[in-house]
Amino acid sequence: MDMNFTPEEIAFRDEVRGFLKDKLPESLAAKVKGGKRLLKADYELWHKRLNERGWLAWHWPVEQGGTGWTPIEKHIFEEECVAAGAPRVVPFGLNMLGPVLIKFGSDEQRAHYLPRILNGDDWWCQGYSEPGSGSDLASLKTRAVRDGDHYVVNGQKTWTTLGHFADWIFCLVRTDSESKPQAGISFLLIDMKTPGITVQPIVTLDGEHEVNEVFFEDVRVPVGNLVGEENKGWTYAKYLLTYERTGIAGVAFAKSGLAHLKQVASKQMKGRKPLAQDPLFASRIAQVEIDLMAMETFNLRIVSAAQHGGVPGVESSMLKIKGTEIRQEITDLLRRALGPYAAPFVPEGLDEGYNEPPIGPDYANPVASQYFNMRKVSIYGGSNEIQKNIVAKMMLGL
Amino acid sequence: MDFNLSDDRRMLKESLSRFLQDRYGFETRNEIAGSEQGFSRELWAQMAELGLIGAMLPEEVGGFGGEGFDVMTVMEELGRAIVVEPVLPTAVLGAGILADAGSDSQKALLEKVISGDLLLAFAHGEPESRYSLSEVRCRAAQVDDGWVLDGQKAVVLNGDTADKLIVSARTSGGDDDEAGLTLFLIDANAQGVSRRGYANVDGGRAAEVTLEDVSVAQEAVIGTVGEAFPVIEHAIGRGILAVCAEALGAMDAAKDMTLEFLQTRKQFGVPLGKFQVLQHRMVEMCLEIEQARSATILAAGRMNEDRRTREAALSAAKNLVGRSARLVAEESIQMHGGIGMTWEYALPHFAKRLTMIEHLFGDADHHLERFATLSQAS
Repeated sequence: MDMNFTPEEIAFRDEVRGFLKDKLPESLAAKVKGGKRLLKADYELWHKRLNERGWLAWHWPVEQGGTGWTPIEKHIFEEECVAAGAPRVVPFGLNMLGPVLIKFGSDEQRAHYLPRILNGDDWWCQGYSEPGSGSDLASLKTRAVRDGDHYVVNGQKTWTTLGHFADWIFCLVRTDSESKPQAGISFLLIDMKTPGITVQPIVTLDGEHEVNEVFFEDVRVPVGNLVGEENKGWTYAKYLLTYERTGIAGVAFAKSGLAHLKQVASKQMKGRKPLAQDPLFASRIAQVEIDLMAMETFNLRIVSAAQHGGVPGVESSMLKIKGTEIRQEITDLLRRALGPYAAPFVPEGLDEGYNEPPIGPDYANPVASQYFNMRKVSIYGGSNEIQKNIVAKMMLGL
Repeated sequence: MDFNLSDDRRMLKESLSRFLQDRYGFETRNEIAGSEQGFSRELWAQMAELGLIGAMLPEEVGGFGGEGFDVMTVMEELGRAIVVEPVLPTAVLGAGILADAGSDSQKALLEKVISGDLLLAFAHGEPESRYSLSEVRCRAAQVDDGWVLDGQKAVVLNGDTADKLIVSARTSGGDDDEAGLTLFLIDANAQGVSRRGYANVDGGRAAEVTLEDVSVAQEAVIGTVGEAFPVIEHAIGRGILAVCAEALGAMDAAKDMTLEFLQTRKQFGVPLGKFQVLQHRMVEMCLEIEQARSATILAAGRMNEDRRTREAALSAAKNLVGRSARLVAEESIQMHGGIGMTWEYALPHFAKRLTMIEHLFGDADHHLERFATLSQAS
C-alpha cells in the first residue's frame, strides 16, 4: 500500500502546473471559473496551446502524435487542467474518433485525419443518438445505402453537441436491416458541407444552445469514408465506450465545484451568520465532501490498477454513476446556497463584454442554469440506469 | 502509488481466511456467540498463534505490524466470518493503548496479550457520555501512595471477561474538558470493581462496570497524569478503523449471500436476479461498499498524518461505513424476504453486526458533525 505519487510524478505535476501558469490566459481561466459562455475561438486557442506543447492528444500513442503518458500521468494532467480553470478539450475528434481511427482506421485515414485533428483543421462532432434511439442505441435507423462509390445517407441524428461548430461528423448508420440490430451498423465519416445536411439548434432547459439536430437527406458519402469493415460499426462504438474512462468520475470538476460551494457558503448569510456555519447546511456540505473523498480514492485505485497493467472495465460504470451523483449534488447545494438570488435569469450576463452590474452576488448568475444543465450528466454517455444494467450483468452475472 | 497488499499482509490474510473457513463456520460462530463467555478460549488461543494479535502491534513491543493497513487486513477477514472473539477490546484498543503510552512494565504485559493469555478491556464510555471522547465523570483522587477511583463505565466491550481494565478517569478539570483525563490499568477483580456482564444483540458481550473506592498504586497510571486525551483519541481512532474494516468484510459477505440468493431463488418461474428492480438495488449496494472501502483505505493510509488530517479521514470513513452498512443490512434482509428474518439463517446475523457497528465509536450523524467541525477548522 502506497498512496503517494513518486518524485517523478510530482515533478511531472509541477511541469504541468508551470505550463498552465505560462500558457493558460488568465482571462480564459476566469471565464471558465466564472461559468461564462465560451466561444469557438476559446476552445481553438486552448487546443492550439496544448498542441504546440505536444500535449493535445494525451490519450494517443507517441507514434501518432500522442504523449505516451502513463495512466497516473494522464490523471495528474486532467486534474491540474481543471484545477487551473482550463477549458475542457473538445473530446469528439481527440478522445473519440482519434482512438477509433488509430485502432480500426486505414493508413490513409490515419495519415489524413489525425494531423488535421491535432492542427484544428477539422472540428468533429458525434452522430450516435437519434430521436427514436436513446439508451437503446442499437435500434438506430439512419440508413446508408451503397450506390456505386458512394453511400447514400438518409435519417436524423440528435443531441449533437457543438455540431453547429463542426466541419465533420462521425456517424453510426444502418447498412443492413436484415440481421440483428447490432450487426447491421457501420461507422461513417461525413463532411458537414455535403449537400443534404441540415443542422438545427436544440435549446436546452437552461436556455443554452449546445446541442443540435442533424438531418440527412440523400447525402452522398464516398465509400472511402467507411471506417473498418461494413456492419462492424457497433464493435468500434463499443470500443470507444471502454476506452480511456479514467476521467469519467469527474473528480477534478467535483473538487473545484466543492471549493466554489464552500466559498459561496462563506459569503451567503443566514441569521446574520455565514451559511457555512449553519449546522444543517454545513452537514450537507460535509456529506458530499466525504462522498467525494471516497470517490477520489476509488478513482485512484482504478488509475493505479491501470498503471499496473489492469484494464478498467465495469469500474468505469461505477465511477460514472457515483461521479455524476456527486457533481449533481454539488450543483444542487450551490443553487440552494444562493437562496432567492438563484432566481434571476440573465443569460446575456454570461457573455464576454457584458458591462451591467450583476443582480445579487457576482457569482449568482450561472448557478441555477448550471444546476439545470448538470441534469444531463446522469443521462448522457449511457444513462445511469444503463450503467447499472452493465454492472449487474458484468460484475454480478445477473 | 500502489493499492496492492504487501506480501506479508497478503499471506496473513490468506492464512486467516483459510483458518476461518475451516474452523469458524456460521453454526460454530453462533454457538460460540451464545455461550456463557461469549467467545471461545480455544479459538482465541489459535488466533493468537496465527499471529492475529501480534499483527496489530509494532515491533518495539513484540508485534510485527501495527500500521493502519495491518489493522485493516486482519479486521476485514474477521468481518467476513463475524468473529466474536475479543480482538477489538484486547488487541486493538487495550494493547494499542499500552503500546502507545504504557510504562516499560505495562508494555511488558503485551507479551502475554500477544500470546493470547491476557485479556483487556477499555472502560471509557459512561452512561451519559454517548460518543463524546472527553466527557468523563469517573473521578480519580490522589492519595499518599496512589489513587482512588469512583465512577461508572457503560457498555464496556468484554468488560466481564477481561483480566485487566483500562479505565479513563478525570483527575482535574470540568466534566467535558479534554485536559485533565488520566488512564489507569487496573485488575478487573480489584476491590471495589463490580461488573454486570451481558450479551450484546449482535453477538459478543459487554459489561456495566462500577468503581467504588477502588485503590490503585501510582504505577497503575498509563502515560502522563491529566494528558490522556490524545491517547484516548488515538485508541478510538484505531477502533474506528478496525470496525470500518470489519464492516467491509461483513458487507462483502452479506452481498455475496444476497447475490447467491437472487441467482437461485425462483419466483414467477424465474430467478429473482432477473428482475431489474432487484438488479439495480444490488448494484447500489456494490457501489456503496466500494465507496466505504475507499474511505477506509484512505483512513488507514492517514493514520500517521497530523491530527486533523487523520481524524477527518477517520470520521469520513465512519460516516460512510455507517450509511453503507445500514443500507447493506436492510437491503440484504429485504431482498432475502422471509428467510432473512430467521435466527437460523446466517445473513441476518451479518445484518445485525453491520447495524450495531454504527453504535461503536459514533454513528453516521456523530461523525458527519465531527467531520464538518474538523473541516471548518482547516
